[in-house]
Amino acid sequence: MRRNKLSQVWASVLLTAVYWMKNYPISIVASFLSPIAIVVIISFVSKGALVGVAVEGALITTFVLNGILEMTDISHLKNDFKIQDMVVASPTSALSYILGMSFSSLATAIPSIIFILILWSVFVHTTVVSALTVFAVVALLMVLSISIGFFLATRTSDISQSYQFTSILGLLFTTISPIYYPITLIPMPYRYLAYLSPITYGAEIIQSATGYLSISSMNLAIDWLVLIVLTVVTLFFAIKNLRWREA
Amino acid sequence: MPIECVKLTKRYPGSASKSLDNVNVSIPTKGIFSLIGRNGAGKTTLTRILGTQLMPSSGHASINGLDVVDDAKELREIIAVIPQDGRPVPWVTPAQMIMTYLMWRGYGIREAKARSVSVIKDIGIYKEKDKHISKLSGGTRRKVLVGCVLASEAEIVFMDEPTTGLDLISRTSFWDTLGKLKKDRFFLLTTHYLEEAESLADGIGILDKGKLLVSGSMDQIRKRIRYRYMVTLGKDVKVPDFKGKIIRTSNSARIMTSEEGAERIASEMIRRHAEFSMSPISLNEIFYSFVKEDIEAGDGDDYEEE
Repeated sequence: MRRNKLSQVWASVLLTAVYWMKNYPISIVASFLSPIAIVVIISFVSKGALVGVAVEGALITTFVLNGILEMTDISHLKNDFKIQDMVVASPTSALSYILGMSFSSLATAIPSIIFILILWSVFVHTTVVSALTVFAVVALLMVLSISIGFFLATRTSDISQSYQFTSILGLLFTTISPIYYPITLIPMPYRYLAYLSPITYGAEIIQSATGYLSISSMNLAIDWLVLIVLTVVTLFFAIKNLRWREA
Repeated sequence: MPIECVKLTKRYPGSASKSLDNVNVSIPTKGIFSLIGRNGAGKTTLTRILGTQLMPSSGHASINGLDVVDDAKELREIIAVIPQDGRPVPWVTPAQMIMTYLMWRGYGIREAKARSVSVIKDIGIYKEKDKHISKLSGGTRRKVLVGCVLASEAEIVFMDEPTTGLDLISRTSFWDTLGKLKKDRFFLLTTHYLEEAESLADGIGILDKGKLLVSGSMDQIRKRIRYRYMVTLGKDVKVPDFKGKIIRTSNSARIMTSEEGAERIASEMIRRHAEFSMSPISLNEIFYSFVKEDIEAGDGDDYEEE
């Protein structure tokens, strides 16, 4: 039998994104409620001064949280429903499954991304260069968060563990990191804490590209370097330690 | 070609004991083979190793000449599994679940859709095809997973306790379906329902504490037992002298004995006008005999050594 590789990838997207949103439309609203709520709060508190940077934060949050939240889907399929066992014992490769689940996390974010991009077009001044920069950074952040999600999902034995990891990472990535406001608003020495989160480096690059943060070329280069290295290393560990067949 | 296991052993990381201990078996890949054993006997471990989901610690296993470790990719083209405690995801419909599984197997979306509708009719859940799985009964949910593998082209299907939790009618319907399909496919399944395994499986294996105690057809297994007849005595009947084994329950005493022994006990019971029944031993007694639990020795060994 000739196998359709595209189908094998698309299957995961259908199950965990398309059917999820089609059968439970409320999930679409829920997916962008959290980042948009923070945009509203930041806008009120800053009297509109930080609305642009807050919209950028909402975009980062959407990509990062959807990447991490994929961990709960993988954990559900693996530990709760045992569907991953059925997939392992099928012609689908681990790579097709990972790709499918990654696209799925992107697919569930699409309604939210569209809404945020509409806000972006109104509140954020964008050039071609800054748009390309933002695209590159969110792509790296998405790969980073999905890799972390995969790495942890393969190590969880039940869904409750996944929820704990998701809460901790969500807090670390979207609260410690100054993604809804410039890092300069954090007083010293607490500012250094923000650099514990890899998302901070991506946020600095985006805010710099869109004119909300002024940093030196050296610091910008360090931000890119840290973000790229962290993403590559995390992706490497996620693939290397992926438990497709149990030992 | 059969399923071949040679010195197959599994010790889970950090575990002191072996979940599978030196299992050697050859199972023809035709019809239905049922693996029975107590909880923790190693049934799931063996099924998962054969289903390429779990690595063995040592030894080899192959299916139709394909090694479960070295040729896993090729093997996954022809096998399918339903795991123990496997459940379809609740947010989709049966048709969507089956279609997704078929797409994972590499079917195009149109063929997957057509096959899913067809199998849904075959397994008798057409009325529920568009309902959310979260609203279906446990039996129907189980059928959805069965539908997934039956709709596929897999020639060899592993099912780990597929009927656990199903009511009698659903179980009967499930076995009927397997009975019809076994001409074209091979099913290896684990179960705790020994009567069903006895009447429907073409081959049976008994596992206990990681060891395969016996394997073969019912006739072959029965021949390994020294005492092939069962005399069941009523609760208050005094047990006569016998040569064999006895299994006591709160309501009866069941004596496993030879044909001559059974005739002798029957004569004695008739003379006493006592309540009794006599029959060839069933898989239940064979199972008891092999796992040697709750059995008092009368005289002699439980089974013949090969």
